Parts: sequence; C-alpha cells; structure tokens
Amino acid sequence: MAASTGKSFVSRFGVHIAVLVFVVIWTIPTLGILVSSLRDKDQIIASGWWNSFASSSQTEAARLPAASAQTQKDGKYVIEGNIFGDGAKRAISAFGTKAAAPTQYKAGTAADLGDGVSLQVNSDGSFVLSSPKAFEGDRGQRVYYASSAPPKFTTENYDAVLFAEGIGRSFMNSLTVTIPSTVIPILIAAFAAYALAWMRFPGRALLIAVIIGLLVVPLQMSLIPLLKLYNGVGTFFGVPSKTYLGIWLAHTGFGLPFAIYLLRSYIAGLPREIMESARIDGASDFEIFVKIVLPLSFPVLASFAIFQFLWVWNDLLVAMVFLGTAPDQIVLTAKLNALLGSRGGNWEILTTSAFITIIVPLTVFFSLQRYFVRGLLAGSVKGG
Amino acid sequence: MAAQIFSAIFVIIIGVGGCVAYFWGANKLLDLVFPSRGVSGSAAVDNLRRQGLVRPWLFVGPAMIILTIYLIYPVVETLRLSFLDRGGENFVGLANYQWAFGDHDFRNSIFNNILWLAVVPAACTFLGLIIAVLTDKIWWGTIAKSLIFLPLAISFVGASVIWKFIYEYRGEGQVQIGLLNAIIQYFGGQPQVWISLPLWNNFFLMIILIWIQTGFAMVILSSALRGIPEETLEAAVIDGANPFQIFWKIMVPQIWGTIAVVWTTITILVLKVFDIVLTMTNGQWNTQVLANLMFDWMFRGGGDFGRGATIAIIIMIAVIPIMIWNIRQANKETGGH
Repeated sequence: MAASTGKSFVSRFGVHIAVLVFVVIWTIPTLGILVSSLRDKDQIIASGWWNSFASSSQTEAARLPAASAQTQKDGKYVIEGNIFGDGAKRAISAFGTKAAAPTQYKAGTAADLGDGVSLQVNSDGSFVLSSPKAFEGDRGQRVYYASSAPPKFTTENYDAVLFAEGIGRSFMNSLTVTIPSTVIPILIAAFAAYALAWMRFPGRALLIAVIIGLLVVPLQMSLIPLLKLYNGVGTFFGVPSKTYLGIWLAHTGFGLPFAIYLLRSYIAGLPREIMESARIDGASDFEIFVKIVLPLSFPVLASFAIFQFLWVWNDLLVAMVFLGTAPDQIVLTAKLNALLGSRGGNWEILTTSAFITIIVPLTVFFSLQRYFVRGLLAGSVKGG
Repeated sequence: MAAQIFSAIFVIIIGVGGCVAYFWGANKLLDLVFPSRGVSGSAAVDNLRRQGLVRPWLFVGPAMIILTIYLIYPVVETLRLSFLDRGGENFVGLANYQWAFGDHDFRNSIFNNILWLAVVPAACTFLGLIIAVLTDKIWWGTIAKSLIFLPLAISFVGASVIWKFIYEYRGEGQVQIGLLNAIIQYFGGQPQVWISLPLWNNFFLMIILIWIQTGFAMVILSSALRGIPEETLEAAVIDGANPFQIFWKIMVPQIWGTIAVVWTTITILVLKVFDIVLTMTNGQWNTQVLANLMFDWMFRGGGDFGRGATIAIIIMIAVIPIMIWNIRQANKETGGH
C-alpha cells in the first residue's frame, strides 16, 4: 500500500509509538495471568504481578511471647525466639514497636524501649528482648516490621490446579467434546457443499438461501426445543439426556451452516475445466468429489476445522445446556466459570486455570494462523 | 478417564466411518439400481438421468436432516413455545410478551443490549481500521497484528478471568493487585469496584468484547485496504491531499462494503453476548443482557420455557434485518449460479 505521504521522521516515529501502545494494551492483560499463574500464591496477594520481578515488601505486625517465656541470663530477664516461628524465607529490613513508626529501627540494631528494656530484631527474624526486671502480664510486646521476600516463581499452581481442582479432568472432557465435533461436520458439509456448487437439482437456489439465512440464526433459538427434545428422547429410551453424543450432534448442527457456506463458495470457485474433463473421462460425481474436489479443497477444510475447533473449545453456552456438571462431563470453560464462583478470591487458581484453558487455542492459533485468517476472510458473515 | 478417551476415539472412528460408509454405500446402491454401464445405450441414458435426479439428494440429505432437527424445527418450535405457559402446555396468547415489556430485568436487558450495540461494533471497527492502517506502514506490522489478533482465540470465559484480574478491587490503602486500580492509586485516585459501578460497569464489560473482536475487524479491514488500487492513492498524493484526507476521502469510501460486513458480524455477536455477562456479574448491578436473561429463565425454578422462548424470539427479531440483507447480497453475488 502506498503510504508515501508525510514520511517525515516525526510522523513515522509517531506511527511506531502508536502501534506499540496498541500492542502493549492488547497483550498486557494476557501477560498478567501468565505471570501470576507462575507466582507463589502468597506473593500474588502481596503485590501486583508487574512487581513480580522485584522483591515484594510488606509491613506486618507480630506479638512476641508473653512473660511466661522469659529466662534469666547474666542477671537479666530475656525472651528470645523468631518472629516467623519456623524461619520463613523472608528478610526483615526494619522494625518498630509503635504502629505510627513501624520501621523506626534498622534490623540488627538494638532498640531502647525505655526502663532499660531493649529489643533487637535481626533480618532473619530472630529477636532478643531483654530487661533488668522480670516481665509481667500475659500479653507479649507488640512488634511491627517491614520484610521483603525475593521473587519466587513456581509451577506449584499448575500441579494443584491440574490434579486437585479437577482442571486436568476437564481438559480431557474438552478434548472429548471438541475432536468429534470438529471432524463429523466436515464430511457432511463437504458433500452438501459439492452438491450445492456443481450439481443441478430443483430447489438448489432455495437451499442456498436457507443456509445463508441459518448462518445468523442465534443459538438461543435452538436451546429450548432441543433441551425438550433431548429430555424426551432420554425418557423415552430410558437413557441419560446429557451425553457426549448429544453435544457432538448439537455442535455439528450449529456448525453446519457456516461449514456448508464456506466450503460451497470455495468449491464453486474451482476451475470448471477440471470437472468437465473428468466427467468426459467417465468419472461419476462421487469419483470427481473424492478424487478431485476433496484434495483441492484442503485449505478451506483446514480453515473450517480450525474455526470449529476454536468455537467448540471456547463454547460455554452449549456445554452448559447439553452436558452435566459432574466431573466426568464438565468442560474447561464451564469448570472455569464454576471456579469463578467457588474460588473467587484465589487468584493463583483462577489465573492458572484460565491459562490452561487458553493454551490450546493459542497454540492452534499460532501454528495455523494462515488458514485461520483465510477462513475469516472467506466467511465473515457469520456472527462468531 | 482412559475409558472416556477410548470411547471418544471409538466414536470418531464410528462417526467418520459411518459417514464414509453412508456416502459410499448410497452411491454404490444408486449405481446398482440404475446401472449406466453394461446396459443398452438408451437404457444407460435413462438410468444416467435417473441417477442425476437422485444423487444430489444423497449428497445434501444428511446435512438437510441435521439442519432441520437442530435449526429449522427449533425456530418454529421456539416461536410456538413463546405463546405457551412455562411448561409449554397451555396457550397463553401474548401473555409472555406482555410480561416481558413490563419486567424490570427485561427492560434493563433491552437497554443494555442497545448500549452494547451502539458501542461495541463501532469501537471494534474504528480501532480495527486504525490499527490496520498503522500496521501497514511499519516493518514489524505483521507481528503487531498477530499480537492484537491473539485475543480472538481466547474463550469469553478465559477473557473474563483475565479482565476480572485487571478490575480486581482492594480496600483503599491496601496494595492493589488489579492493574486498573493500581494505576488509579498511583496517580492519587480513589480505587473503585469497577464491575458494580452503576451504568459504567456495562462499559467495563464491553471493553472485554472490544479487546477480543478488534483483531477480527483489523484482519478483515487490513485485507480490504490492500485491495485498494494504488492509482487512486497516487492520484490523491499528486493532488496534494494530506494523510487524513487520503484516509477519510479515498480509503474509507472504497471499503464501505467491508466495513458493513465487519459491523454486522460484530452486531450479531453482540446480540448473543452471554458468557462475559454470566461470568463477570451474572446480570447483577444492572448489567443484564437478553442472552443471559434467557439462560436464566431456562433454568430458574425448574425453567420457564415460555418466557425463555419469548426472549429468544426478541433476539431473533433483531437479527432478521441482517439475515435478509445477507441473503440479498448472496443472491446478487451468485446471480443465478
């Protein structure tokens, strides 16, 4: 494209900056959950994920042991111990005894608390409180301290989510739903598309119009009648109404108009001469379809497969209506939705689960982007 | 779990094998019933003609059956159900429609849907167009486009989690772990509970869809921009047009058709928006939309199919103009082929 106007240095620089801003805005959200999913769960709530490469520091309070813990040493009464109990890997930088000045004293120095009482808190959390007089009372000294922890990245969240939270199982369920729902429509649509493109029969134009009309029919129109139908079939034959077979067929049905539309417009564009010379050689329609049309249509079949795969994998509505919520049927999107309710504040679980649900589509998308874009360009009348 | 994987593989083989067997078998059968080879000339011609009458229906048959069960019958049935009561047994006339227009949630949904329709398609198309034009001018444009395009592969639920994390709210003075509130606090502002902020919360939900769909608009518009003949741009440059004039007066008018396609595609998507609202607010704080309200009525208290169907019909009515426009366009393009 000729963008030859205004090619001053400033305007070109401006374009780079503008695009960079867009790219940053568009990638930061995803980056946020990726980084968070790899962080220690305590650190996720202690600091924003953009700080995750710096040490996270926070100010906390603790109460030292009460008078009963004191021992006598060199004529002084002493209380010793570690603020962290069992040496957590945090480093104390400063401490104090008043809420108004929580970082009054540097770690490792002795603070004079008056009446000869002194307190020393070291950076590893150990403390010594000593006094010439015996300590009294059953409430220990209050201590405030600022501590920092080095950045810590871990895959623990993935372990927890995959096995304890059931995301691993849902991942398998999603694959179980997605693969047949992608493969089955392709064949059915390909035959129909060929017939609509190259065979003459009455009502063909009407059928094409119907399919283009069905492209935009909202899914919502189908839900209630199909739910009733499935329940009816289930009761009649005494089988469960929420089955994998049911959702495979439903996704096939919902994907067919787009599949036929996309494939037909491609197949109709194949060169007429090839078909006619094959026909003159005595090939039947079936042979032409299998030996000529199918191999030539590979790019468009791939486009549709990617579309359908992404759409089924990412679908929540159809899965919630036609599948159950038991562990053996719940798909990733539905599971993630359930976790949002039950684990609303556990960001280590939510971010990790979310990243697992998007990893497959992202891989498919990046490796097959060319076909995806081609399909998008050919079929952009469908509403998602 | 292993059993499940095996059954899935088994089904793929059965399903695909079944389809192949049907098409191959039906075709074979047709050749046997009306043989065209090895019979006398006139009989062969007759049989070929008969084959030609039957074979198309063998090819489109399975698709027609599935489309009828999963789309055509449900459309008729939903229309019928919208005139029946909650169990779908007694005729209630227009009672469901009367209920709908008096119902607070329904009116709120209509209002919000209109808001979504006014904002999202416009924002996506506008941003997509700008990014398409800008990225065409720089050497790393393809990488930039890939990254902006990427959210299109993410599920609405996944995107909702991503953005919920950005909107996360902590009490004032606490460490904000949500990016938006952290920025607000950094500049001395007051952290907010974004998703329950009256009226504005709708826009915070819309941002998610805009984030997802801008890449779609960008890709389609970018390819349309490439199709603009160089001469028109060169002529404009020679005539001394500045970049803005070139953009608004030369480029945009030439891609109106594509802009319309992008706009309508996103419009249809917006009418059906469901997952984002369900996962972010479930319609609380006046963010309800039609598709989520319908889902709600399908299952609320055992389900009210009459009201659910009525809401579906309302969504359908909004789609019909686009449907007619699409069919007309397609007829024009194929022009009898």
